[in-house]
Amino acid sequence: MASLDDLKKRISSVKSTQKITKAMKMVAAAKLRRAQESAEKGRPYSDKMNNIILNLSNGISDFDNAPKLLSGTGVDKTHLCVVMTSDRGLCGGFNTNIIKKAKLYFQKILDEGKTLKIITVGTKGYDQLKRVYGDYIIEKISFKESKNVNYFDADKVGKIVIEKFDKKEFDVCAIFYNQFKNVITQIPQEQQIIPLKTSENGQNSSEDNYEFEPEEDEILSNLLPKNISTQIFKAMLENSASEQGSRMSAMDNATRNAGEMVDKLTIEYNRSRQAAITKELIEIISGAESL
Amino acid sequence: MSEEYSVEIVNPEKSFLSKNDVTEVVVPAFEGEIGILKDHISIISFLKPGIIKIFSKSGDESFYVNDGIIEFKDNNLSILTSLILNLKDIDKEKISKIQKSAEEELNKSDINDQEKYLLDQKLEVLKSIN
Repeated sequence: MASLDDLKKRISSVKSTQKITKAMKMVAAAKLRRAQESAEKGRPYSDKMNNIILNLSNGISDFDNAPKLLSGTGVDKTHLCVVMTSDRGLCGGFNTNIIKKAKLYFQKILDEGKTLKIITVGTKGYDQLKRVYGDYIIEKISFKESKNVNYFDADKVGKIVIEKFDKKEFDVCAIFYNQFKNVITQIPQEQQIIPLKTSENGQNSSEDNYEFEPEEDEILSNLLPKNISTQIFKAMLENSASEQGSRMSAMDNATRNAGEMVDKLTIEYNRSRQAAITKELIEIISGAESL
Repeated sequence: MSEEYSVEIVNPEKSFLSKNDVTEVVVPAFEGEIGILKDHISIISFLKPGIIKIFSKSGDESFYVNDGIIEFKDNNLSILTSLILNLKDIDKEKISKIQKSAEEELNKSDINDQEKYLLDQKLEVLKSIN
C-alpha cells in the first residue's frame, strides 16, 4: 500500500489537474457561445447561395455543357478528401470521430481501386492520419494563427481545391467535418462538394423566370467556385462550434472524474492514517503489558 | 401604392444590412450599373467591384463592394458579397491596402482578360473614393 506521503502527493496532484480542467471548461463555454453565434450568423449567406444555385441549375437545359464543377468530369476515378479537424487537443472524441468517418470512406475508395488524395485542415487530423495514410496526403493546412474562423481562411482552402480541380487532379471532392447539434452531440458529416449534389431535385422546381445578366452558364461558372468556399466556410463554423462543445463536455467529465478520484483517495488516506495510529497504539499497549 | 421593397445584404460572417423601406437600389452589375425599382422582373446577376447605392425613406446610403451576387425576386433583393464597406465610415488606410494588393495582382502575368477587367474596375472605383 502506498505510504501516507505518496497519497498526499497524489491528492494534491489530482486537485491541481481538476483546477485546470475546470478552467478549460469555462473557457470552452465562453468560446462556444461565440462560435455558435457566428455559426448562426453565417447561415443566411450559405442558404441564400444554395438557393440561387438551385434556381440557376434548374434553369440549365443541357447538362453536357454545364460547368464541370456542377456536372463533374464524367469519370469517378480520383477522390479528394478534405478532412477538417481542430488545431488543439483535449476535446474528447471530436477529432477521432471525424477521422473514423473519414477512414471508412478512404477504405471504401481504396477497395474500389480508385485513387485517393487527402488534404488535412487542422494539425490534429494530420497527426492522426499520417501514420496510415501519410502517402496520400497531398497538402496540410492549419490556421493556428487566426483566432477566429474567418471567410478568408475558408477562401484559401477553396482556392486550393479549385486550382487542383482545374488541373484535373481529381474528379470528386468530399469534405469531412463535425456538425454541431448541441453541446453533447456532434455528428461527423461527409459532404460531397464537387460535383455539386443538387439535392431534392424537382422538389424545388418553382417556375420562376429569371432574367440573367450575363448568361446563366457564365453566372454559374463564377458562382460555383464561390459556393465551394462558402461550403467550406460553413463547415469550418460548424466545426469550431462543435470543437468547443466537445471540449466543454469532455472537460466537464474530466472535472467530475477528478472530483471522484479525490474523494476516493481521501478516504484511502484517512483509512491508512487511522490504521497507522491504531498500530502505534497497539504497540504501546502491548509494550506496557509485557512489563 | 407604396413604392418600397426590401433589401438584405449578407456577407459570410453575418447579415450585414436589412431594410424594408427602400425605393431604389443601384448596383454595379457585371455589364453595367442596374437600378432596381419595385416590381422589377426577377433577376440574378453578379457584381463587379463598385458602389452600391441604396435610396430609402430613412436616408440614402452607399457601400463599396468587392464582388457579389444579387437576386431579386418578389420584391426582395438579396445581395451576397464577400467584402462590403460602408462609405460613411470607411478608413483611408484600408482602402489603400486593398488598392495596393489589387495593383500587385494586376502586375502578375498569369491573369486572364476577365480578371484584368475586374481589377481595373476595382482600382478605378477605389481611386474615386479615396
